[in-house]
Amino acid sequence: MKVIKHSFDGVIVGAGGAGLRAAIEAAPHMKLAVITKLYPTRSHTGAAQGGMSAALANVEEDNWNWHSFDTVKGSDYLADQPAVDILCKEAIDSVVELEHWGLPFSRLENGKIAQRRFGGHTVKEGEAPAFRACYAADRTGHMILQTLYQKCVSMGVTFFDEFQVLDIKIDDGVCKGVIAYEIATGDIHIFEARAVTFATGGFGKIYKVSSNAHSLTGDGPGILYQKGIPLEDMEFYQFHPTGIYRLGILLSEAARGEGGILRNKDGERFMERYAPSIKDLAPRDMVSRAIATEISEGNGAGPNNDFVYLDLTHLGAETIKQKLPDITDFVRTYVKIEPINEPIPVQPTAHYAMGGIPTDVNARVLSDATGTVLPGVYSAGESACVSVHGANRLGTNSLLDIVVFGKRAGQSMVDYVSSTKPMALSDNAAEDLTSKIENLMEKDHSLEFSVPRIREELQDTMEENAKIFRSEDSLEKQTKILSDLRDRYQNVTISDKGKVFNTELLEAIELEYLLDMSDTTVASALHRKESRGAHSRVDHVERDDKNWLKHSFAFKNGDSVKLEYKDVELGNYEPKERKY
Amino acid sequence: MDIKVNILRYNPDTDRKGHWEEYILEADPDERILDLLHKVKWFDDGSLAFRRSCAHGVCGSDAMVVNGENMLACQVLVKEVSTPIKIEPIRGLPVIKDLVVNMDSFFDSYKKVMPYLVNDDEPGERERLQSPEDRDRFEDTTKCILCAACTTSCPVFWTADTYVGPAAIVNAHRFVFDSRDNASKQRLEILKDVDGAFRCRTAFNCTSACPRGIQVTKAIEDVKRETLTIN
Ligand SMILES: Cc1cc2nc3c(=O)[nH]c(=O)nc-3n(C[C@H](O)[C@H](O)[C@H](O)COP(=O)(O)OP(=O)(O)OC[C@H]3O[C@@H](n4cnc5c(N)ncnc54)[C@H](O)[C@@H]3O)c2cc1C
Ligand code: SF4
Ligand code: FES
Repeated sequence: MKVIKHSFDGVIVGAGGAGLRAAIEAAPHMKLAVITKLYPTRSHTGAAQGGMSAALANVEEDNWNWHSFDTVKGSDYLADQPAVDILCKEAIDSVVELEHWGLPFSRLENGKIAQRRFGGHTVKEGEAPAFRACYAADRTGHMILQTLYQKCVSMGVTFFDEFQVLDIKIDDGVCKGVIAYEIATGDIHIFEARAVTFATGGFGKIYKVSSNAHSLTGDGPGILYQKGIPLEDMEFYQFHPTGIYRLGILLSEAARGEGGILRNKDGERFMERYAPSIKDLAPRDMVSRAIATEISEGNGAGPNNDFVYLDLTHLGAETIKQKLPDITDFVRTYVKIEPINEPIPVQPTAHYAMGGIPTDVNARVLSDATGTVLPGVYSAGESACVSVHGANRLGTNSLLDIVVFGKRAGQSMVDYVSSTKPMALSDNAAEDLTSKIENLMEKDHSLEFSVPRIREELQDTMEENAKIFRSEDSLEKQTKILSDLRDRYQNVTISDKGKVFNTELLEAIELEYLLDMSDTTVASALHRKESRGAHSRVDHVERDDKNWLKHSFAFKNGDSVKLEYKDVELGNYEPKERKY
Repeated sequence: MDIKVNILRYNPDTDRKGHWEEYILEADPDERILDLLHKVKWFDDGSLAFRRSCAHGVCGSDAMVVNGENMLACQVLVKEVSTPIKIEPIRGLPVIKDLVVNMDSFFDSYKKVMPYLVNDDEPGERERLQSPEDRDRFEDTTKCILCAACTTSCPVFWTADTYVGPAAIVNAHRFVFDSRDNASKQRLEILKDVDGAFRCRTAFNCTSACPRGIQVTKAIEDVKRETLTIN
């Protein structure tokens, strides 16, 4: 295998919103490379639809403290409150900064940025739904991704497009660089870099029905987990209430923000029973549970009673065209129905990882539950867990998270690089990786051990046993299944032995991350004997603040998972019962 | 139902040129063309190469030629195309392997038109104001996902690959008509060049190819017209 060596001060892995925002901050101050397995503009940030919250108060009175309150309450009190304050306070400048860089937000008549309602966001600590989400029609993420990329182009940032990072080099607890695979050639590239940021996005592909892209396989968290770094709060995985039936393609909460209503098979607006005050705009964990409950009680629609309806028919053609053009097009394209006239079949879809690589508020990666910083390694965006989303993220807070903490990751890289000297990596730094690849290439191919077979079983069983409602039984069962899948993975084989665009090889490597993400999700869920946010245990239905106001840290321990815990950082808001 | 799919295969390690391979696949009429490619890759021949990510028409990875027309494989359903289904790489860019082409020159053209907001005025502490009407003037071209379906459907681009192509002009349009931008003149100078907007022969292929429904040809016309206003 051909091995090529590069020398940089800093490397950012991932070119979604978080990676690009970090790059804009770091690039002027160091020799920087952004490495991305997709062309930057293909990153899944571009799929985000509904909006990005900031208390701009363009439509009505608002302030960032209310935004903080909503975020903490939405998190079921598991978010670290000092971090939430940073998120909500810096939100305002972050939105303005994006506008200055050219982001084409939708506008109000007076020319200011338009804002819409979104689940769980309220004025005056719960009084009524708030107009807080800044948006560009229903393509807010696309516009953020484009704007940040445009800014990087104007700055001349160095990109390695379609290079996939497969390893990090940490010697004696100090970061020295990463190893990447060039997809077009199969060459291996050693990147010396003393500051490395992981901004690799989420891992929705552990489930069968998901709003996530094929590429979202948990690479950053997987690479670090395999090096002994823990993953935080992995039991909290968000299911978005409104994915297109069977396909999982997302229909943004903006649809309900603009007035859309969920109905069961009888046409009943069932959210009135589950969240009497804010109804369809309750936070996602509650709405997804309500849908799952309706379905299990036989109130689902269709021949199998397994979906509910999202009804937009009363909004009128004009609102739909102006404010929800893309998502209604998805419905026309994939379901062949006209949302102006007909309600849309929906079901909860695996959407967002609240958990991930533990970081402090400066995006510095933590190597244990006591807060020890791993020098030179950073993470931001969906791959990281700060934690600002706790047990349940509010809609619009992730697009915010990626820019606020992406920027902080960039700043931390600058601080670190300016106070340290370059580190060298030896020419054989890629040896572990090359032998892993050669080993995969040499084995004879067999269907039983093929990537798609193992992955399909993984996704089907995670969907069955570790989705919205969990129990000791279902999680024990899944633990056993995962251990069998892991055994099979030891023998995984591929048929493509070529060097050029061998995506089968890369899918095989990604499958290991998916197994890691699943192991940690299931183990953390099994241990947490309470229900909080997105984690609902049918055998422990109450939230238990006395024992579980804690973040979980899942460590790799041979082939099993070891758990440690860290207390939640409280602030202005005492945990209370969560009612809407 | 069983359907016949023909894919233009090319492996640089073993083939001198592309050749057609036929696959008989069990498929549901509601499946996407992308699902068919996955069926081949996952259960028949793992070496089949194509790009994809989002699977619902928003990332721009999987533009290809299906039955002679450019489209995103993830945005078209089996029941919408006739069989046998013929799938080939987009035209005019060098093929790397199977359905994957080298996109370097495409992105270079994009970068040539200064695809970013230029405005050095002090913006103040809050957002710049822009009326909904001003915002509407460039709404259409903000939707571009850089999939290259337009550029690689353009007969002018096929014969003169130095032409910046529709996608680059669309991205210039997005800024030229943004009331907040101050660099229209520079951008239009670039597009006045021999390889710029006037190469367009209004074939309209680009407009029908665009998976985002952008009025590409109209955008090019707008830019041409605007070019005549600078001296
Ligand atoms: C359909 C949808 C709609 C959403 N809508 C909203 C919304 O309205 N509001 C909101 O706040 N949030 C929304 N979210 C959530 C939000 O969009 C994401 O959480 C966020 O965009 C993630 O950004 P990121 O930068 O962390 O990761 P991504 O944008 O996913 O980027 C990941 C990057 O990492 C790279 N990468 C991954 N692995 C590797 C590797 N091994 N080597 C090199 N590169 C690698 C990829 O190439 C990519 O560039 C939505 C999510 C989805 C799926
Ligand atoms: S204008 Fe349309 S076809 Fe052309 S690159 Fe953009 S999205 Fe693709
Ligand atoms: S896979 Fe993203 S556009 Fe088709």
